[in-house]
Amino acid sequence: MARKEQPYDDIPGTFVFDAERSRQGFGINMFCMSLMKEENRRAFKANEAEYLKKFKLTPEQTEAILKRDYNRMLELGGNIYFTAKLGATDGHSFQHLAAVMTGNSQEGYAKMMLAGGRSVEGNRSRSGKNAPSRFLAGAAAATKPAAAKPKAKSKSKSKSAKRK
Amino acid sequence: MAKIIAGIGSSHVPAIGAALDNGKTEEPYWKRVFSGFEKSQQWMRDTKPDVAIVVYNDHASAFSVEIIPTFALGCAAEFPPADEGWGPRPVPVVKGHPALASHIAQSVILDEFDLTICNKMEVDHGMTVPMNLLFGKIDKDSHWPCPVIPLAVNVVMYPPPTGHRCYMLGKAIRKAVESYPDDLRVVIFGTGGLSHQISGPRAGLINSKWDKTFLDNLSKNPQKLAKIPHVDYMREAGAEGIEMVMWLIMRGALDDKVDEVYRFYTVPASNTAVGHIILENHRRGGKTPARRKPAAGKLKHAAARAKIQRVRG
Repeated sequence: MARKEQPYDDIPGTFVFDAERSRQGFGINMFCMSLMKEENRRAFKANEAEYLKKFKLTPEQTEAILKRDYNRMLELGGNIYFTAKLGATDGHSFQHLAAVMTGNSQEGYAKMMLAGGRSVEGNRSRSGKNAPSRFLAGAAAATKPAAAKPKAKSKSKSKSAKRK
Repeated sequence: MAKIIAGIGSSHVPAIGAALDNGKTEEPYWKRVFSGFEKSQQWMRDTKPDVAIVVYNDHASAFSVEIIPTFALGCAAEFPPADEGWGPRPVPVVKGHPALASHIAQSVILDEFDLTICNKMEVDHGMTVPMNLLFGKIDKDSHWPCPVIPLAVNVVMYPPPTGHRCYMLGKAIRKAVESYPDDLRVVIFGTGGLSHQISGPRAGLINSKWDKTFLDNLSKNPQKLAKIPHVDYMREAGAEGIEMVMWLIMRGALDDKVDEVYRFYTVPASNTAVGHIILENHRRGGKTPARRKPAAGKLKHAAARAKIQRVRG
């Protein structure tokens, strides 16, 4: 069944873990949760494909787990707090997972974070909705001197009008 | 009568807990983070609350995907630290305040906030990291300085409660606390955030402008924050930045007018922008100090210290 398009699907590089993905990815997340126990981690590591048969997973989900395709797991209903447990079972730091998901080297990712992280500019929207949130625009106006108050109001209005 | 005297906003980045537990607080990277909380720890020692309510979220520790309560209030006598995959954090078991917690549950449910009651619950870094940041590092065999009531909010599965709902729940919690007969001085923590995304190809997103605007509005203009739609949080502050709605429960529980006595912001801790704020309720009745101009940097700290002295004196 095709996923119903949601407004937040417009955010690039982001798989929002919503109620539908939660339903779809129940097996992935329950599998990941099972890795909280040492005996399960050992059983999984001993025979990954066999261990995965204990969970209700689609062939795509099984493949994504076996290949450690973390973005695909998220797309198929995995949640990052759960899939991180798989990363930990592999002995990877979270930063390693972040690097894998962003297609960066771990060093490159760490550098980006130290330099202030990934900028939101150009990363807001797939469909060109790159204007900052109305909340930010209004707030910027509100920090101007009090005299600018009525102006600020009309300004934020014109901004929202533009969006429509 | 019990009374909420102050609110604390704080990030709850797990790596902060790991740095603390593994003795890395003196490393320059972590010192930058921890030094921002030194004054807050002094504030907390001076304030000596009788109870803390900590609003936080669980990260697949106490709750998996089997049960996802939107608001879960901890009414147990104690809350053991959860094993998050590396063994439980070496922090003391959190002692609850079952009498006040069940009073709050009864009051807010009748106010139409349908909480889940947890009489047995483990707590993860979402709660214990902000507690360490404010109470300091405490030996596992020692004890936290006051009882704590955990309020776990679902921000893991979309949709979390709206900012407005959170803000209104804060107001209901305040009403509940104020109808509790014992004289208790209560502080409330809102935790999580600020901007961060840890999932997918856009991971690593930080939006300092957003964070600062949020902090700027928190004391004077919380109603405005309560109107921010979820999609704006996710777009601007990252998919996981939506945790910031939890700060609005804290803010809703305070007076409309509050004093911002301390603020700290730094990027990054691991993948996250660290934000921290302390808001105090205006003291009601009598000798209210002359309005202080919100001062920047050291002046603000000096004002905070002066205020603390006045409060204690």
